Amino acid sequence: MNIYGVALLALSYLLGQWLGEALGYFIGINANVGGVGFAMMILMLLKEWFIKNNRLTHEMESGMDFWSKLYIPVVIAMAASLNVKSAVSAGTLALAAGSIPVLVCFLVFPILVKNFSPKSNGNPS
Amino acid sequence: MEILLDLIEKNGLVFGFLVIGLLVLFSDILSKRIFKGRIPGSAIAIFLGLVLGYLGGAFTGGEKGISDISIFKGVGFFGGAMFRDFTIVATAMGASFFLVKRAGFLGMVSLLSGIVLFFFIGVLLALAWGYTDVASICTIGAGACTYIVGPVTGAAIGASSEVIALSIATGVVKTIVVTIFTPIVAKKIHLNSPEAAMAYGGLMGTSSGVAAGLAATDPKLVPYGAVTATFYTGLGCLLCPSVFYIILSMIF
Repeated sequence: MNIYGVALLALSYLLGQWLGEALGYFIGINANVGGVGFAMMILMLLKEWFIKNNRLTHEMESGMDFWSKLYIPVVIAMAASLNVKSAVSAGTLALAAGSIPVLVCFLVFPILVKNFSPKSNGNPS
Repeated sequence: MEILLDLIEKNGLVFGFLVIGLLVLFSDILSKRIFKGRIPGSAIAIFLGLVLGYLGGAFTGGEKGISDISIFKGVGFFGGAMFRDFTIVATAMGASFFLVKRAGFLGMVSLLSGIVLFFFIGVLLALAWGYTDVASICTIGAGACTYIVGPVTGAAIGASSEVIALSIATGVVKTIVVTIFTPIVAKKIHLNSPEAAMAYGGLMGTSSGVAAGLAATDPKLVPYGAVTATFYTGLGCLLCPSVFYIILSMIF
């Protein structure tokens, strides 16, 4: 059943967001800390458990697959509902502070990957 | 006509599916015919989405882009935080836990370097633009992290509402810049493996920008970028109003 897959996804999502909210609460900040990341890891672990026990049916997978494919359309809808107008017209400081660090990070990125990649030093920790 | 408009308003989300579907179709045709496939359809669609967001803001003066126009409300719901996070989590189906674990250290290093870099470059720019009080420069630096870290920090340390608005705008600019430039520079900076995507997500942090940019680059990389980027805003909210604020207070 497709709904089993969707429900499994929903379970991971809610558990992860809950963990993120709880972590934010315990550190004392009013924000969700890594809720999506936790949810993704929970889903990956559940998936592995299901595969190991031969419980992952094709239909379940397609229930989740559908949502992962909707990702790009959701991002497009999100882009269309951003406050682009005020971002562009907020003044030069917003434009500079929003773009210059990104450009700097394009330069930093290759150095970072080169020095800390698990491939190049063999020992990640 | 009135009946149709009424129907659309009642079924906003369904109409949103249709609008985005048509936009993607149009972008795909543009990609194939005009750009000969050199710019991926999804990149064009995301860019056109931003243009629609701009137009919506220009027409209505609202804050939610095209979704401030009542018949397009469903587009806003479709692109809202719930669907965005739910679909990002779903992409984890295509990710391997083993790879995420292996690149965990790289991800953490890039998270920290990303927040430090964005914050302090933002601070330097705020200084260059003539801001001198600690609360303002700290809030603008936080806004350079993401459009959530900015207002959270500003509210915590008591910045003026004008500065908080500026920090949100800064964060939105960042999201847009990352969205547009990621597919353009991806090849040059070797953003082509799961490890690299995890480092990229940590460094850039804006989870919407990273995910949109990677979606336009190579959809297979989206889960890896998202898994680190999602920790960025929380870590930023933790560091900016505390450690970074104290450091700035000592300097100025």
